[in-house]
Amino acid sequence: MHDAHASRAGETSVPLTASAVLVNKVGLHARPSVKLTQCAKKFVAKIELALAEDGPWTDAKSPVKVMRVKAPQGATLHFRVAGADGEAALAAMLALVHDGFGEV
Amino acid sequence: MTEIRLTGRAAAPGLAIGPVTVLTAAVAERAASGDPAQEAAALKAAIEGATAEMVKLIGTLEGEVADILEFQVAMLEDDALAEGAYDAISAGISADHAWRSALDAEIMGYRSANNEYFRARAADLVDIRDRVLARLNGADTTAKIAVGAIIAGDDISPSTFLAADWSRGGAIALAAGSPSSHVAMLARARGAPMVVGLGPLSWIGPPPSLALVDGDAGIVVFDPEPETRRLFERRLAAANAAQAAADAGRLEPACTADGRQIAVLLNVAAPEDLADLDPKICDGIGLVRTEFLFEASHGLPDEDTQYAVYRRILDWAKGRPVTIRTLDAGGDKPIAGLTVDGERNPFLGLRGIRLSLARPEVFRVQLRALSRAAAHGTLKVMLPMIAVPSELDRASAMLDAEFATLKANGIACALPPLGIMVEVPAAALRAADFGAAFYSIGSNDLTQYTMAAARDIGAVADLNDAGNPAVLALIAATVEAGQKRGVEVSLCGDAAADTHLTTMLLATGLTTLSVSPIAVARLKAAIAKVGS
Repeated sequence: MHDAHASRAGETSVPLTASAVLVNKVGLHARPSVKLTQCAKKFVAKIELALAEDGPWTDAKSPVKVMRVKAPQGATLHFRVAGADGEAALAAMLALVHDGFGEV
Repeated sequence: MTEIRLTGRAAAPGLAIGPVTVLTAAVAERAASGDPAQEAAALKAAIEGATAEMVKLIGTLEGEVADILEFQVAMLEDDALAEGAYDAISAGISADHAWRSALDAEIMGYRSANNEYFRARAADLVDIRDRVLARLNGADTTAKIAVGAIIAGDDISPSTFLAADWSRGGAIALAAGSPSSHVAMLARARGAPMVVGLGPLSWIGPPPSLALVDGDAGIVVFDPEPETRRLFERRLAAANAAQAAADAGRLEPACTADGRQIAVLLNVAAPEDLADLDPKICDGIGLVRTEFLFEASHGLPDEDTQYAVYRRILDWAKGRPVTIRTLDAGGDKPIAGLTVDGERNPFLGLRGIRLSLARPEVFRVQLRALSRAAAHGTLKVMLPMIAVPSELDRASAMLDAEFATLKANGIACALPPLGIMVEVPAAALRAADFGAAFYSIGSNDLTQYTMAAARDIGAVADLNDAGNPAVLALIAATVEAGQKRGVEVSLCGDAAADTHLTTMLLATGLTTLSVSPIAVARLKAAIAKVGS
């Protein structure tokens, strides 16, 4: 369901990226957006998401901005993460999307 | 302190006594300070206040309703929502105008979405916008309604009504309002006594602390004298005893004094209405409204969701007939992303079957779910707002096609009988022209279309009378057409539960009435007196 090979470079400066397909029914809607942003806020890393590999990037900690993306079912969500706990943050984001936010 | 006795119109029956909660609906015009720093602080306080209010409300709710509000809280807590508003404020715009424009822009973003689901989120943003505006303008929209309180005010919104707990008493006393409003229907369904049209509720000094509400006679007494209260409490005790006696008879079949068997069916708005109910109290379900499936904030429901709900209702009925009405949106029941906004007269517009035929992609999903559910019980399907036979014919062809496709794909299904609601006078006058498997008279709309008096306009509520001879004549004509064609005729709608009308309705030849669960015991008791 998702690219397991999160590209990993330098510890600090280069962000980690990975992508996963939205499998839950109506896409990144209200409840999933709340879940995703709540999870993202647990990390200090800067976490962004986008519908395309090259952005535009959206702050994954803002439900207002995440909802504006209006990502439908079947869309590929790209994540870009930078910061101390970035690796754990990326894994948590991918797990959420992969599980369909617990509501498939 | 002398008691204040006001006479209005009975909107929901029953007696109640309790402390008074005054709803202040006044939307004060806000005077802008002219100082950006003060305006920004005012907006911040309003957002925080609205958020706190909702967090508190969530604590009293569970399930889907709580989830919807949690989403709203998450949006409100996000600074990104108000960013644009703060920018406008620093440019000299007042807090309320800045907030409104920022949210309207956000709402437009949702309304223009390609995806049905995201379009439906616009309603949440509107709710958020208005809650904060109410705070900014100093109007407290969601009064804290204590359990068992008597709510006094100009009018009450359905959402305010639904936010309160009516399971342990309480009543409503309104200066304006109408017995035919949606809140009145909700009040009757939940058993909350309600009186409307009391006139201005003004008192010198502090508002009254206690009130008696007589939802049968349409009388409200604020701050009753001890003697008034004592007499009222005696009546309340007698009414409770009578209710207990009626409850004891509600499992028995309904029969008039002169021996006519009358079928009593249930109206339900959602499967939750059936929780804790014994199916033995009824002869089946005469009306399942399906609007609730479309009102939840998850966009249009898919086939599986609908099928699961329909099946739950059929399972509850244990083989008794269940009549499900296809989506009756429009009129006073708008659904984001489906109904047409801004119709000049929505009651005469694209509603009911007209909307379903205009949106076949939505209608077909419902017809498929119904065909699948029909394999698991005695299901009947009825179409709302039918005016001409071709509407029934088109819907019937679509149902046949969906059934054939399901069958060809080896999916368990059955073809349910297709009937029509008779609520447009044209259909009542020419009922025999329709090839319907049954007729179900929708007395609320039939009355308002026949009398040309809206159900929710207090000034013409007197005209909105289901007992008017013109309405009764249309009911009798429909019954006659049913007898001629050998198909069943039932009546759902508030007239069925109005026990003052029971004798007149049965005189038209009706033998089937459908009412909300709370009215079953009362109706059966009233039927037993007919013909005595």
